[in-house]
Amino acid sequence: MQPVAAPEPAKRDPAPTRLAYRLHRLWLTPLFRSLLRVGLPSFCMVFAVGWYLADQQRREELGLVFSDLRRAIEERPEFMVKLMAIDGASGELDQDIREIVPLDFPVSSFDLELEEMRRAILGLDAVAGAGLQIRPGGILQVSIQERIPTVIWRSRDGLELLDGEGHRVAPLGARTDRPDLPLIAGDGADAQVAEALALIEAARPLAGRLRGLVRMGERRWDVVLDRDQRILLPERGAVEALERVIALDQAEDMLERDLMAVDMRNADRPTLRMSPEAVEELRRVKTLETGAIKG
Amino acid sequence: MTDLYQSQRAMRRMRKQAMDRGVIAILDVGTSKIACLVLRFDGPERFSGGDGVGSLAGQSSFRVIGAATTRSRGVRFGEIDAMQETERAIRTAVQAAQKMANLRVDHVIACMSGAQPRSYGLDGEIDLVDSVVSEDDVARVLAACDVPDFGDGREVLHAQPVNFALDHRSGMNDPRGQIGNRLACDMHLLTVDAHVVQNLLYCIKRCDLELAGLASSAYVSGISSLVEDEQELGAACIDMGGGATGVSVFMKKHMIYADSVRMGGDHVTADISKGLQVPLSTAERIKTFYGGVVATGMDDREMIEIGGDTGDYEHDRRTVSRAELIGIMRPRVEEILEDVRARLDAAGFEHLPSQQIVLTGGGSQIPGLDGLASRILGQQVRLGRPLRVQGLPQAATGPAFSGAVGLCLFAAHPQDEWWDFEIPAERYPAKSLKRAVRWFKDNW
Repeated sequence: MQPVAAPEPAKRDPAPTRLAYRLHRLWLTPLFRSLLRVGLPSFCMVFAVGWYLADQQRREELGLVFSDLRRAIEERPEFMVKLMAIDGASGELDQDIREIVPLDFPVSSFDLELEEMRRAILGLDAVAGAGLQIRPGGILQVSIQERIPTVIWRSRDGLELLDGEGHRVAPLGARTDRPDLPLIAGDGADAQVAEALALIEAARPLAGRLRGLVRMGERRWDVVLDRDQRILLPERGAVEALERVIALDQAEDMLERDLMAVDMRNADRPTLRMSPEAVEELRRVKTLETGAIKG
Repeated sequence: MTDLYQSQRAMRRMRKQAMDRGVIAILDVGTSKIACLVLRFDGPERFSGGDGVGSLAGQSSFRVIGAATTRSRGVRFGEIDAMQETERAIRTAVQAAQKMANLRVDHVIACMSGAQPRSYGLDGEIDLVDSVVSEDDVARVLAACDVPDFGDGREVLHAQPVNFALDHRSGMNDPRGQIGNRLACDMHLLTVDAHVVQNLLYCIKRCDLELAGLASSAYVSGISSLVEDEQELGAACIDMGGGATGVSVFMKKHMIYADSVRMGGDHVTADISKGLQVPLSTAERIKTFYGGVVATGMDDREMIEIGGDTGDYEHDRRTVSRAELIGIMRPRVEEILEDVRARLDAAGFEHLPSQQIVLTGGGSQIPGLDGLASRILGQQVRLGRPLRVQGLPQAATGPAFSGAVGLCLFAAHPQDEWWDFEIPAERYPAKSLKRAVRWFKDNW
């Protein structure tokens, strides 16, 4: 029989103790194992991070360190923008753009809000399109598509230059500054610049006499010639009406006569208004004719 | 119905659970070594390479993923002698096997060689209610077998139906669905000493393992080391273990007899130890290195240093010739084999159509044993090694592991036993709720 009293261990027993055996079995349990190998480290990590960040001051310090690091990277010379190059803008517009995009170079390209700057530049009247691009070498390239003034609009506020779409380009001091451009006037004329241009194109035979176009009641055009002659055009088919008048003029020299207005508003019934002197003259001539006949 | 009968049912449930989980351990508690193998079941379709039965006669549905052997402690004659020691040895083996498998096993199937197995042939017959044999009829005919009085303190380890007869037709493997009037069955009942089984159950329970099956090692070595035709035509498997030599007789693929001789390799070692006056460990070493049972002239001249550590030069430099060693070993081996012969004679082995005898187990590795055995047991003697199973380490493929390997096969394809069939309704107590439930189940 084995000694009942605890025998002194002569040699190391190769058998695992009950505890070791059970722990080994526990360790081989898949759930326990995954818990210990994944669950415990992840819990420790989350706990440690949470404990570290629980302090307000540490959080702020961490944020500061992070933003410093970010700043340091942003301000590397590779990312710095040193000058702004503006293409396609005239001298005045160039000045305007530099005014509304106030940048004190050098500035980091991370700080440039290109989209916002583009919106601001597009807000300028004289700018039709703008593209902003940071080119290698630290250059902020601004490509401008300028609006080209095609017509002068005399509004209640003064003279203004408009482009072909009726968009305001710039104010104008005096009509004589741009004698090459046609003049339009009247409220709402700027909304119908395209039609006005078509009319002016159609009125080319009258170019020498054309003073300008007047928008009447924001619905139709009057062509104003010198000697205060007017051609009243209908709302629709204005160009055709004008062409009819011009054809009449070319055939009969109508406009050379003492007319005050050619009323084309009703296409079926074109009307001429003569000046009072001319009416008087006509009447006299008629009287003479009738007198002569009677007489 | 006895205690073990109920626990056998519980073990079958455990086995099913373990199969569902796919991992089961097998534990061969022997006198000289304890082997633990961890099996993984991947389902039969995983390994079946194409048509037909599949490799290894369809028995390759599992794979050995962990194997460990340790020197047995506290086991004598295949029975647990010192429980604490055995428990430690089982723990060592199980832990090492788990470590190799990198998997925790909860269910274990065990086998043991001792416990004085005794075989009984039972028969019973019933009249069939309707002329077709149903599963219920099989259960009833098994229940109708006259159980002999095997005495107090004995438990049924195996109760396997080996033969069915329907009217005048006998030799049926599966009578279900066949038509007849009287169903008879022969059953092989193996009883063992209850206390020995209880000790083993207790040891395994102490290791936090659930027992999913229990088998006699004579039976399972027969499964693994007899080839198919031997099992079919009749053969005896002699498992020469350390403390006990198991004898099992197979016929028509069923075990029809099992017994064990309470002598084995340890007795040979003890004889050498006594004869040569050396410690048991030295005797074991000398036996395994130089042992044999047939002396030749050469053996007279081969001197073996048997050593010693007394400090006395003459004593420590002793030598012995191999012939002397054989002279010590042979009488004991002869005695074992003669005992086996007596058991086989008692079992009526000579009436079998084929009388193949297969020697296996660690003791069968003695050189010249087959020659000696054929003089004692008959001409048809061969040395058997266990079937090859997938994943078994090379070290565990020797004949010493035929019990362990057989237990693997037993785990994969257990023989139908008595407790695999439902208890017939009339066996329940008259007022049992279970009986009512069964009645409903059977009638709807």
